[in-house]
Amino acid sequence: MAEMKTAAYICKGCELGSRLDVASLVKIATKEGKMAIVREHDFLCSADGVALIRNDIDNEGVTHAAICACSRRAKTEAFNFPTVAMSRGNLREGVIWIRPDTDEARETTQEMADDYVRMACAEVKAMKVPEGNQNTGTTKTLLVVGGGMSGMTAAIESAKAGYKVVLIEKTGALGGMAAKLWKRIPNREPFKAPMDNGVADLVSQIEADANIKVYLNAVIAKTSGSPGRFAVDIAVESGPVVTEDIGAIIQASGFTPYDMAKLPNLGGGQANVVDQLGLEALARAANGGPIKRADGKEVKSVVFVQCAGQRDATKEHLEYCSGHCCATSVKQAMYFKDANPDVDTVVLYTDLRMPGNNEDFYRAAQNKGVIFSKGEVSNVAASGDGCTVKFKDLILNEETSAEADLVVLATGMVPTTGPDLDALSEANRAAESGGAEAKEQVVQMMSKSVLNLDYRQGPDVPQFKHGFNDSHFICFPYETRRTAIYAAGPVRRPMDIAQATEDATGAAMKAIQAMENAGLGKAAHPRSGDLSFPSVRLEGCTQCKRCTVECPFGAIDEDEKRFPLFNESRCRRCGTCMGACPVRVISFENYSVNTVGAQIKAVDIPDEFSEKPRVLVLACENDAYPALDMAGMNRNAYDPYVRIIPVRCLGSVNTIWITDALNSGYDGVMLMGCKHGDQYQCHFVKGSELGRYRMSKVYDTLKGMGLEEDRLMDLEVAITDVDTLPQKINDYAARIVEMGMSPFKGL
Amino acid sequence: MSDMNQQMTAKYKNNFLKEIEEQAEMGDWVKMCMQCGVCSGSCPTNFHPGWDHPPQEIFMLIRAGKRDEVLNSQSMWMCTSCYNCYVRCPRKIPITHIMHGIAEYAYRIGRAPKNQPTLHLSQTFWNNCTKNGRVNEVQLTQTLYFKDGIADGIKKAMAMQAAALGLVKAGRLNPMEALGGGHKCKDIKGIHAMLAKAKELEAKRKGRTA
Amino acid sequence: MAKKEYAFYPGCSSQKGASASNYLVSVESMCQSLDIKMTQIPDWNCCGASVSYAEAGELPRHVMNARNFALSEQNLPERDIVATCAACWLGARESKERLEHSSVLMTDTNTALKEAGLNLKVIPEVRHMVEVLIEDLGYEELASHVKKPLEGMKIAGYVGCQTNRPFGILGESFENPMYLDKLIETVGAEATKYDQKVTCCGGALAFSEPEKAQAQIKDIIESAYDSGAEMLVTPCPLCQANTEVYQGQINKKYGTKFNMPVLYYSQLMVLAYGGSAKDAGLNGQVIRARTLEEFASK
Repeated sequence: MAEMKTAAYICKGCELGSRLDVASLVKIATKEGKMAIVREHDFLCSADGVALIRNDIDNEGVTHAAICACSRRAKTEAFNFPTVAMSRGNLREGVIWIRPDTDEARETTQEMADDYVRMACAEVKAMKVPEGNQNTGTTKTLLVVGGGMSGMTAAIESAKAGYKVVLIEKTGALGGMAAKLWKRIPNREPFKAPMDNGVADLVSQIEADANIKVYLNAVIAKTSGSPGRFAVDIAVESGPVVTEDIGAIIQASGFTPYDMAKLPNLGGGQANVVDQLGLEALARAANGGPIKRADGKEVKSVVFVQCAGQRDATKEHLEYCSGHCCATSVKQAMYFKDANPDVDTVVLYTDLRMPGNNEDFYRAAQNKGVIFSKGEVSNVAASGDGCTVKFKDLILNEETSAEADLVVLATGMVPTTGPDLDALSEANRAAESGGAEAKEQVVQMMSKSVLNLDYRQGPDVPQFKHGFNDSHFICFPYETRRTAIYAAGPVRRPMDIAQATEDATGAAMKAIQAMENAGLGKAAHPRSGDLSFPSVRLEGCTQCKRCTVECPFGAIDEDEKRFPLFNESRCRRCGTCMGACPVRVISFENYSVNTVGAQIKAVDIPDEFSEKPRVLVLACENDAYPALDMAGMNRNAYDPYVRIIPVRCLGSVNTIWITDALNSGYDGVMLMGCKHGDQYQCHFVKGSELGRYRMSKVYDTLKGMGLEEDRLMDLEVAITDVDTLPQKINDYAARIVEMGMSPFKGL
Repeated sequence: MSDMNQQMTAKYKNNFLKEIEEQAEMGDWVKMCMQCGVCSGSCPTNFHPGWDHPPQEIFMLIRAGKRDEVLNSQSMWMCTSCYNCYVRCPRKIPITHIMHGIAEYAYRIGRAPKNQPTLHLSQTFWNNCTKNGRVNEVQLTQTLYFKDGIADGIKKAMAMQAAALGLVKAGRLNPMEALGGGHKCKDIKGIHAMLAKAKELEAKRKGRTA
Repeated sequence: MAKKEYAFYPGCSSQKGASASNYLVSVESMCQSLDIKMTQIPDWNCCGASVSYAEAGELPRHVMNARNFALSEQNLPERDIVATCAACWLGARESKERLEHSSVLMTDTNTALKEAGLNLKVIPEVRHMVEVLIEDLGYEELASHVKKPLEGMKIAGYVGCQTNRPFGILGESFENPMYLDKLIETVGAEATKYDQKVTCCGGALAFSEPEKAQAQIKDIIESAYDSGAEMLVTPCPLCQANTEVYQGQINKKYGTKFNMPVLYYSQLMVLAYGGSAKDAGLNGQVIRARTLEEFASK
């Protein structure tokens, strides 16, 4: 790369020119920022302004540009210069829009702007132009694991988009659970009757598609490599192991019904009690005629027990709702009514959940004479030739019972996700020191693996709530914590066929994007298109393994010498490794301990008699920073003593920034990150949690420095906190004033 | 009357829901209830004592086959025909009509509660208005307030005296009507013949023979 | 504006000497001012009201209304039927809807009508007087006739049930219909805001379950007073009677001091159009509306 040539551009548009002393900003960029070129412009994002910058890059050899105008989130199309390193000084949303236009506010507002220019200059000088990951694969074949509704849909959709697909199915036929259904819940107008399960149609589409290669009776023996260059060993029953080159993977491994043998109180295990899948088998056998029990007796009365072993507050059974079972029972009740309207069909429910058009389906069943009773079933027992169902009628508030020839239990969905990674690593530890039994347990757990990933972090995708495959529940539903591996269908969360079909289509689209990005050396979401990737200065590495353990995406393995080995295409560029590294040897070209550290140092810290405290805010770029920008757009004013630096994730925050800031005289540090835990909103799933855990250690350091704990403030911020965030900033600033100025100023 | 009850019990055996569907006005809507309870919360008389079962419970009792409990219930007779339940029902079930329909059916087969004041009012009103084709308000008031025997009637009549006197003074209650005057339709004969026919047709359609 | 003509169905309570006779008086006077011609359906009969349901059953009720339809079609062809009473309007509309929906009911109805020498083919539109005012004439037209606005008067518009539910006035919500408030404002008075605008007065149960009905009436009057209203105005004869004549009994039972006049919208309009107290039927008030009497004499 050529010699560094710096330039700063100061915009005077959007009232920046009238609200701020631009001459002062120019002087700061020149004298303190030491920018080779400093230009001001009346309207920098206009064609003329952009041409000015373009010209400097093309003809003046500018390699590093500090654009001091609006937020980095604004005007990204105008200020798009991928060949140079670029920083943005946020003078608009970050300064003039959050400060009142009054004489008394003018001084502090100008100080803010001065500092943001200093910070933009300092940052850009610490940056390099990202070159993109060269170490990448370009395979564009998709692997779909599971041949049920979700898997078949994902395969067909990907093939339609022009990609080759390898589809593997554990059993001897495509179709999965859906193939076992007599009919399915309707997915189109008029939503009044069960419809054909649709499996045959999908199977014939797959058979006719030359782009889809199907392995039946097959499982994955091993998955190694990275996005764009996975090598997947497929073990076919009584056949050789085949290796396929794969770009991205969709896991659609489905579910099994909750074992009703665990529900003896509800009759699980009794002759005349079946689960919903059992009823499907009876309906298929009846083939449209009257439904008969296993003993051949025609069913004249049937009771459906909803939520059997589901939504269980005792946590003994499934704690969650499987979503489809109400509609499934409605459908199955119609099997009986359609064959013989005189069959007594009663559905006992506590809450009937019929989302969307299923409401019409529910109504249709009521019209056909299916009886719905709000009741909580306590016991199902054999009596005479059938069963007695004891329940509490929740409307009439009384214990009562119903007799039935057959009872159907609506048990829930248990996802086929493979072993729980935490439990597995514990078992592994036990096996290392333990005996045959512990080793056998590991073998047992590994036998459940779906993907058999050759990753340091375990053989499958991490699980989240209730054993379902992880996903970002708000923004990125198909994502897992393994880049280019997507989950679709009931393996991800409980769902019905209609939802699974939609899910599979979405996951296919994401998988295609991931393959394409991997081929270009770019990041997948949420920093989609980012060309930077982490590099490690191995000579400084102490082999502490924090980066390999903490990476939320399992991107970092260890080489033979136990140094971290980055699989760049698995990386999501969150910077958690960089935040974790105690010796600070991990960095990105455009984001590093230095790029942030330089900004922290660039801020002018007034002395302790000035009564002008300084608060450093490290704000997550995904939620907190946009919330701050929007506060500016709404002209919600906040304290002028804060200096805000966006970070990729709280997980990327290295504790050195905090100790450095406090050491150099900042009066307080505020961290703004996303919610973590079960209802997490972190775009990198675990980043904010890890970051916070790390910060908890900083409090010890504070004590060591003789500082109050409140000098560090950790704030959970959602993107919607636009109106409350300014108040929280002000509250913290007030708390700083209360504590008094930092004793470290000017040291 | 009890014959009619036996007749219906025999006809529908234990299927009370079917009985209501076929016999009560708008009864075929009962099965469409989704047990949300908005009707009960919307009923103005539900907030006063004397209710045994709000509409939601009546619907549930029907499905549970509790025939006696429904037919003997005071609840339907508490309906003021305000139609609040009717317009608020998310399932658009004509609850007001169903309440009337069940009450009417209970009365028809002799299972309505004894001495039900609203039933008495219904009888009185209909007989009054169909006698001459139009309502005779004085006779109506008199019949109503002397229904429970002289003593109670006088007590109630005394309580109503001020109100009635007010109406008389305001020219809105004409005591002369009591003496057989009052408004009448011209074709009373035709009206009576027409109503007799209607009654006969309805009984036939519902399969009820006296 | 061209003269509007309708088939008039006044209903039992609006006859001379009956409980809503003052309604009839004021409607006649109002229609004169607005150039609306109302011709009574010859030999019309009672609608059966809601409460007859138990004794009447289904078909006899519809047949009663069908007789009126047939008489109207026969004598006043192609005219909309206009009822002033909420119960008449509701009962007739309900029968119309049910007969038009069910060929079985329609056939049976005609079989019964035949006994009275009648036949029903087309059922005329069944409308409430208020619909005629706001749909056929419009608030602007209604306002143009105002000679003496009822300035400074605070009136609670009590819509009640049966002009509001289940059919209601087109474009109005069941929970907070505004047409009555707009009529009050059209005549120059102020419509107060109170929360019992559509609460049931107890209807016919004022006779059979007086305690329950009076508890409801008490809530309505109390809320109207709290809103600063000096009188109540309603479109329904039973609402009018119930909220007016039981105030004395309520006062005895609850220790309240209610003395709130209850009027029909038509009475307000007659006065605003310059009519006399007699034209407006103010002599028919059980609780005298003294403010309005003074207003009329000025």
